[in-house]
Amino acid sequence: MATMFARPEALTANPFHYCPGCTHGVIHRLVAEVIDELGIRENTVAVASVGCSVLAYNYFNVDVQQAAHGRAPAVATGIKRVLPDRVVFTYQGDGDLASIGTAEIVHAAARGEKITVIFVNNANYGMTGGQLAPTTLPGQVTTTSPSGRDVTRAGYPIRMVEMLATLDGPAYLARASVHNPAQVVKAKKMLRRAFEVQMQGLGFALVEVLSSCPTNWGLKPVEALRWLEKNMLPYYPTGEFKCLQQAV
Amino acid sequence: MAERGKTAIDRERCKGCGLCAAFCPRGIISLAPEINSRGYHPAVVTDPGACTGCARCARMCPDVVIMVERVEAA
Amino acid sequence: MKTLMKGNEAIGEAAILAGCRYFFGYPITPQTELPEYLARRLPEVNGVFLQAESEVAAINMVYGAAGAGARVMTSSSGPGISLKQEGISYIAAAELPCVIVDIMRGGPGLGGIQPSQSDYFQATRGGGHGDYRLIVLAPASVQEMADLTGLAFELADRYRNPVLLLGDGVLGQMMEPVSFNPLPAGETVKPWATTGCRGRERNVVNTLYLNPEELEAVNHRLQEKYRLIEARECRAETYCTQDAEIVVVAFGIAARIAKAAVDGARAEGVRAGLVRPVTLWPFPYRMLAGVLKRAKAALVVEMNAGQMLEDVRLAAEGCVPVSFYGRTGGMLPGSRAVLEQIRLLGGKKYGHYVRPA
Repeated sequence: MATMFARPEALTANPFHYCPGCTHGVIHRLVAEVIDELGIRENTVAVASVGCSVLAYNYFNVDVQQAAHGRAPAVATGIKRVLPDRVVFTYQGDGDLASIGTAEIVHAAARGEKITVIFVNNANYGMTGGQLAPTTLPGQVTTTSPSGRDVTRAGYPIRMVEMLATLDGPAYLARASVHNPAQVVKAKKMLRRAFEVQMQGLGFALVEVLSSCPTNWGLKPVEALRWLEKNMLPYYPTGEFKCLQQAV
Repeated sequence: MAERGKTAIDRERCKGCGLCAAFCPRGIISLAPEINSRGYHPAVVTDPGACTGCARCARMCPDVVIMVERVEAA
Repeated sequence: MKTLMKGNEAIGEAAILAGCRYFFGYPITPQTELPEYLARRLPEVNGVFLQAESEVAAINMVYGAAGAGARVMTSSSGPGISLKQEGISYIAAAELPCVIVDIMRGGPGLGGIQPSQSDYFQATRGGGHGDYRLIVLAPASVQEMADLTGLAFELADRYRNPVLLLGDGVLGQMMEPVSFNPLPAGETVKPWATTGCRGRERNVVNTLYLNPEELEAVNHRLQEKYRLIEARECRAETYCTQDAEIVVVAFGIAARIAKAAVDGARAEGVRAGLVRPVTLWPFPYRMLAGVLKRAKAALVVEMNAGQMLEDVRLAAEGCVPVSFYGRTGGMLPGSRAVLEQIRLLGGKKYGHYVRPA
């Protein structure tokens, strides 16, 4: 008898507070599985951010620092500079990383800071109840874009991975999705690579993961994944955008 | 020798989102008519004998409440 | 051995002697010599100097490094300290030890780059959100810049609290002979630091408490710590206060100017004295109250529009009239002008001609 699937050690026993069907939980699990597989649980420091994943420190069974909104890459920089042989990762949403924390993520990437960033993009501010995010799609209805995002007034969504790919600092940049089992398997491979890149000292690594928000999108969990596939994937293509194999 | 799966769902921690049911290739997971202590209709395996242990349900479960084992069938 | 050094540089050297190996900062006049000095010196001692993209990022790097158990420092001046307030509130809430240097310039707004003391309120009353306190040390010489830097790191570790070293553009820029006193060696054990959970329960550095009862308990614990600091750590210098009838109260560079005025007044037969708070928080209320009890009047001298004045009035509790003389905008009070103020108070029968502040 072989165990095909069990709870990873890098997750605590605490049940997630996320809404039913929210794929934050899937992404948490993938990160934890990678930590287990790489054998780095006791050597890792996580940085939680502000947003739906604010309570990530309750779930990742590692040392954690809770950062101010958007500042996780700066906090991770401080940790990594003090403890260069530890694995340091941040877990941030789109409001945190692509809006209030734009300066911190861009400069951590530009410095080639040897940290791993998990960037969860669900195209809205989930925790505060579904407001317009920098990643909200054109025309997408949110509580602060009730008639749909009007790009002439609210501007255009930011493709963070593509933007960061113009920099020399990042060693690994990828975008994944978790809208079906095959994509979940691919996402895990990318997350694993993003940790390996750090352990090999190659530089900054970030994986953007497209994630569903059934509650604020007003869709059932399965419908939300279909909506993600139909609407987010064309705007935010998945794949590896930068993948250094060795230090430059 | 044929293999088959054994899927265990933690009914109390399940939030009844139904992603496991939607992605089960055998169509053997559905939501129970009764509710758990948190008010959700938990997922249940309706035909355990037909499970292959592919773990797609577990892979899609956002709450890590599904354990999958693969057993060798006699 | 004494070295001739700028105040800003003396802070840098003293920080290294105190075991600080991490500095995260951003250039701003009139403190830039400090990051420049550390950019040169820290690599020599295997330390890390990092020029951050902003003051906001710098203070959050301090948060991360302090949470990882390091002795760490940042520095700035008013406009940059304003930007750091978010991070300072988090650091105080998470009870992380660190040292923040504020070399004040004239404000508000972009203000100017000349020396000022107009960030007293910001330093001693918080500045960020929530009920928290910083330990605030106010040096008055380059030597004291060095000495109080060492003390700042000690207090930060002892109380797990951010310590603010509050200087001004004069102290930061001027050169004086300074000697560096070796500190008692001794690594502070930080079992709470996030260093990877090998062989122990995991550590979490956090400031979020959604349960109000839990958050109130956190606040009670912080307030208890602050009461302990108030009881133990008040520091002040007194000068000619034994028989003083007019007590001048001033901190930092203004106190040195005031000291010359006190000497002038004494030469004219006016019994003047000086109290110089060294800790602005905790403010030495009790000690000052003891001196004021024997006095006829108090004169507060500051390079602002009257900020520490409020603390002096609290200490005086209405027992003596408190008047004020200040200059703002980067202008310095001259010792002659201060002497003139003492004469106004002391020349007529004490207290009869006290100009309200």
